[in-house]
Amino acid sequence: MTNQPILELKHVSTYVNKNTPDQIKILNDINLSVYAGDFITLLGSNGAGKSTLFNVIAGNLAVDEGQVLLKGKDITHLSEEKRTKYISRVFQDPKLGTAPRMTVAENLLLAEKRGQRRGLRLRGLNKQADKFEKLTSTMPNGLNQRLKTPTGNLSGGQRQALSFLMATIKRPDIILLDEHTAALDPKTSQELMEATQQRITEDKLTALMITHHLEDALNYGNRLISLQNGSVTNDLRGAERDAITMDNLFTVFEG
Amino acid sequence: MNLITSAIGQGLLWGLLGIGLFLTFRILDFPDMTVEGTFPLGAAVCVTAISHGMSPLLATILAFLAGMVAGLITGLLYTKGRIPILLAGILVMTACYSVNLRIMGTSNISLLGKQSFFTNSFLESLPKFFDSVTLGLFIIIIVIVLLALFLQTELGQAFIATGDNEKMAKSLGIATDQMKNMGLMVSNGLIALSGALIAQSNDYADVNMGIGIIVIGLASIIIGEVVFGELTMNQRLVAVVCGSVIYRFVLLLVLKAGFGTNDLNLISSVVLALCLMLPTIRTKLGLGRVLRRGVEIPKKQVNDND
Repeated sequence: MTNQPILELKHVSTYVNKNTPDQIKILNDINLSVYAGDFITLLGSNGAGKSTLFNVIAGNLAVDEGQVLLKGKDITHLSEEKRTKYISRVFQDPKLGTAPRMTVAENLLLAEKRGQRRGLRLRGLNKQADKFEKLTSTMPNGLNQRLKTPTGNLSGGQRQALSFLMATIKRPDIILLDEHTAALDPKTSQELMEATQQRITEDKLTALMITHHLEDALNYGNRLISLQNGSVTNDLRGAERDAITMDNLFTVFEG
Repeated sequence: MNLITSAIGQGLLWGLLGIGLFLTFRILDFPDMTVEGTFPLGAAVCVTAISHGMSPLLATILAFLAGMVAGLITGLLYTKGRIPILLAGILVMTACYSVNLRIMGTSNISLLGKQSFFTNSFLESLPKFFDSVTLGLFIIIIVIVLLALFLQTELGQAFIATGDNEKMAKSLGIATDQMKNMGLMVSNGLIALSGALIAQSNDYADVNMGIGIIVIGLASIIIGEVVFGELTMNQRLVAVVCGSVIYRFVLLLVLKAGFGTNDLNLISSVVLALCLMLPTIRTKLGLGRVLRRGVEIPKKQVNDND
């Protein structure tokens, strides 16, 4: 671990109702270093602070204390819009990730310019048709047949697959997966998870993934972090992580 | 025949209002009430400028710019001031009333005997009422072509995405506040332009000419959608203009049926309400099926209530 972390959180704390009697600490002095190639699965019960952590990284929630560094650069006060150049995100709700009245191809085209200036140049959709066809055929559920369909008419699984492609079409430094398969049926969920793992490994992407599914947290990724009451309680990688099974999971976590 | 030509001409000029409103109401997906202020603002600016000796072309462009400024103010109140869009629009609309009175100095100005867009030798050589048809077509075509091109650019796509799914647009780095301001500016610019042209076609501007405008604009949009159904974005722009012309024909019929011009706002609201309820009525009564296939005697439903 001599190389510089891609993302670093230093003593990050956030509150709700700050400076009132109802003040609650959501994130409690979080220190976290994410290195290139990390595929982190993030476990934690409701209210542990997982989503808050994602919001802090993506920039749509300001930190109250501490620093956020991206490749050594302080981005604590960089706006959400500016951070999209480096960070992409897939939401849990299939409705949030795509523009429903625009077609699959149009959505991909939008995502290709993530974080870049958009000018008065013509969008050039037709030139990219082959590329999009190839890209969508890497997904399991026939998305490549629906390139000209408005995404509002797609199934939840297709929409989440599209959201994932949109988050990776322009290589992000970090990709945040916020329970992106939770709204899908078990089979579709597993297919998308396989495709996710494949894409992240092949492209050597750096990813953080929230999941409530213990099996998924063990089967995918190469580093496992658990959060409790706003603090990191476990941070396992390598042999330590591989030693965890469904049977000893709870003992490791309790201890 | 004259009445029909006149209705088409008016429909085209009012069509600009529909297109302007379409940008906010349909693409950005919020109701912009500023419209009721910017339409008479365009008329006031244009007519006042012409009566002070400015050329009609410059006066019309000035009206467009004035509309853009009003739209920008609504946008800033909404995006920077965090005032809900409905309220921001109402504030600017109300303020516009005073501003329009200031600009005109009186509650109405006549253009009779003055130059206007319509007083050039080519338009005057045309048969009666064909002047507004010609001018209307000319301007509508320019506006639709420019808008259609714009919507196909990267910026235009970002604009559409902002209205379609703001959260996603933000997560792709689109400056959604800027997109909304831009939309409000162009929209209100077009609406002021429409006001300027209508004022020149009627030969007067009146401070009250904005009352009920939003309903007329919405009627064009909704009628276009009800009549033409599922369309692409470019086709929808044309459908709005067609909707505006159809709406003029409806008004013509209503006036023929014996209603007075004072009843027009009531009629407009009734027409719009009916169009808005049409999808519900259609499903409730199965009208769509009846219209397509004729009345069928329903088969006995075996699995009912089991």
